[in-house]
Amino acid sequence: MEVKIPTRAYSGAIRPITLGKGGKAFTVGGETAFPFYTFEGQMPNQPRFGLEVLDLEPSDWPATLLGAYGAVVKDPAAWAKKCVAELGADFVHLTLAGTNPNDQNLPVDHAVKVAKAVAAAVDVPLTVWGCGSAAKDAEVLKAVAEALSDRRLCIGPVVEENYRQVGAAALAYNHVVIASTPIDINLAKQLNVLLGNLGVKEDSILIDPTVGGLGYGLEYTYSVMERCRAAALTQQDDKLQYPMYCHLGVEVWKTKEAKLPGDADSALGDESKRGVLMEAVTAATLLAAGADVLVMRHPEAMRLSRELVKGLATG
Amino acid sequence: MGLTGIQIFQLLPKTNCKECGVPTCLAFAMNLAAGKAELKQCPYVSEAAKQKLAADSAPPIRTVEIGTGKGAFKVGGETVLFRHEKTFVNPAGLAMLLNDDEPEASVAGKLKRFKELSYERVGLTLKGNAVAVRAAKGDKAAFGALVTKVKAETEGGIILMAENPEVMAEGVKACADRKPLLYAATPDNADAMIALAKETKLPLAAKASDLEKLSALTDKLAAAGVQDIVIDPGSREIKKALHDEIHIRELSIQKKFRQLGYPTIVLPFEMTKDPMMETVYASMLLAKYAGIVVLSDFRGHNLFTLLLERLNVYTDPQRPMKTEQKVYEINNPGPGSPVLATSNFSLTYFIVSGEIENSRVPTYLAVLDTEGLSVLTAWAAGKFVGDALGGFIKKSGIADKLKSPTLVLPGAVAIISGDVEEELGSGWKVVVGPKEGAYIPAYLKQNFAQ
Repeated sequence: MEVKIPTRAYSGAIRPITLGKGGKAFTVGGETAFPFYTFEGQMPNQPRFGLEVLDLEPSDWPATLLGAYGAVVKDPAAWAKKCVAELGADFVHLTLAGTNPNDQNLPVDHAVKVAKAVAAAVDVPLTVWGCGSAAKDAEVLKAVAEALSDRRLCIGPVVEENYRQVGAAALAYNHVVIASTPIDINLAKQLNVLLGNLGVKEDSILIDPTVGGLGYGLEYTYSVMERCRAAALTQQDDKLQYPMYCHLGVEVWKTKEAKLPGDADSALGDESKRGVLMEAVTAATLLAAGADVLVMRHPEAMRLSRELVKGLATG
Repeated sequence: MGLTGIQIFQLLPKTNCKECGVPTCLAFAMNLAAGKAELKQCPYVSEAAKQKLAADSAPPIRTVEIGTGKGAFKVGGETVLFRHEKTFVNPAGLAMLLNDDEPEASVAGKLKRFKELSYERVGLTLKGNAVAVRAAKGDKAAFGALVTKVKAETEGGIILMAENPEVMAEGVKACADRKPLLYAATPDNADAMIALAKETKLPLAAKASDLEKLSALTDKLAAAGVQDIVIDPGSREIKKALHDEIHIRELSIQKKFRQLGYPTIVLPFEMTKDPMMETVYASMLLAKYAGIVVLSDFRGHNLFTLLLERLNVYTDPQRPMKTEQKVYEINNPGPGSPVLATSNFSLTYFIVSGEIENSRVPTYLAVLDTEGLSVLTAWAAGKFVGDALGGFIKKSGIADKLKSPTLVLPGAVAIISGDVEEELGSGWKVVVGPKEGAYIPAYLKQNFAQ
């Protein structure tokens, strides 16, 4: 019996955005169809995977996660190097957790010093990510953008409260901004409009839709991402035609279920596999919704997710 | 649907007898048009109308029920491509594979886990749905014996996996009263499998090597009178499997292509030997349209993870998930612990409780029923306000457990602190906490660490 496969006529495309500089730079985005719907459009650049490095030794990571890195977690530069050289990360995402004014409140100098050290240790694209306090991030990210003006960094989270300062710094030093909004398609669009008005170029924006981890709001992120992608590809919503950057590892590994101990026969199963699967399944779900750039924490979860992409993109 | 609700209404008896479960024929017609009802729910519809409507009124993807009693579950019945359009209807069934050539200890362990692995979350019980018993030996007696054991020891659904009709018959004999799914009719064994399914009125899976052959096969099944069908397009590598799922969903919903308007069954363990990778493939297919996912094993780490994903994918995107109103104890709080207040939007609750756990500071978390609205939205709607919160805290009796009761308000609603103080009276100290969940651990450590 003949089966005629229906195909959509897409009217838009995701902009290709190049991250980093030199031989290890790569491009994400460029899709002309829904994620992995390669029977009706192109996915010229496969989603990319990075590992997260913190500026200070992590205080709340479970042993199953710390064990994947060993002693390097005390030294951000050595840690980043291991992520790339041994664990195969496409890029490094440096989180400046120590600058949080509600916690250690380390100064801008600290941030610049760590960012420079990490940048010197790796030649892959580098994201420098603030602590989430809009005011502090404005100060910190501005200084980092200037100090690493030759790297074409990704910097974020750029939010409505600080987009002027951070956006201007990114513009001045040709970095990519990660526009971060709280799980809302209209706010995502609005921030991109503001960045555009500021003069940030169309080849220098990534959308961070804000990730809810598996069991912790993933469904909201999933639908907002699907809607962003649909608006971009089928309604020519030009302000949403950017690749999506998903900072997911942190969300998965802060949940209690990822950290609880247990063996293979316990109710939540083997602790060495549970967190990894929770992270990999979160990644798979986000990939189905349109994730282009994924920040992960466990190298094994990254390996599994990458294997999935390989199967979906090339099989 | 080709016909509108009004067009369908013209063909109905218009007696408003209510026997279909809705008050009027018009309402029933509207439900038919929306794919939310089936024509057979109307006892008085004429033959002529039936024929005219039959092709048009059935939901685009058939709902198939497997199992009986507590173990029954439905799959299929889906009406949209994306969950933001409308809630997905029947959560994918999760099944655990059991081979009849597995060692006894392995069988025992698997059945034990199947029975015991279950999780409470947002007022729901999350657990696997079925055991898929596979005739790996091809031996009637061995298959029948294992099916008998599974039936005796579990309440869940049963999927009988055998392609030899004689072996299948043995499994059917052992558990027909439990309404198992028969997997599978293929182009080679279809006649015998159809006979078996018709005789026992059991749901039957159809498996072929591509969508064309599968469509021809389901056509044959339907013509023979088998209606409850589950389909397997035979794809065993992830890219093709995903694309087939997408094609099947789009063909049935957008093109009303009847031959593929059935729930699907996927077997990720036939796509990889690595159980971790199998779980990741399963998760992709669970997000994109699988009706039943058969896993090589249920372990807490893979089952819990996929159950969470299923919960997330199948929740109603229009209606916020709610958590029960009560005072939760986190990190073993005592008389000196603070009481944090928040709303019962489940995402808010999960984030706040997670951050408190991370802080390791013993804390009470008072969750106010805001009908699932987040704190700020609830405040704007007049639900997270002084008298509501104060009244709840007083009624909860939590003050009796505390030395010097301290209530910490979410920073976003600092404005209500005066009203809350007034409502609670002088026994309480009311303070304003951080605006964002992420700052809770630092806040608690600074102010309430013991």
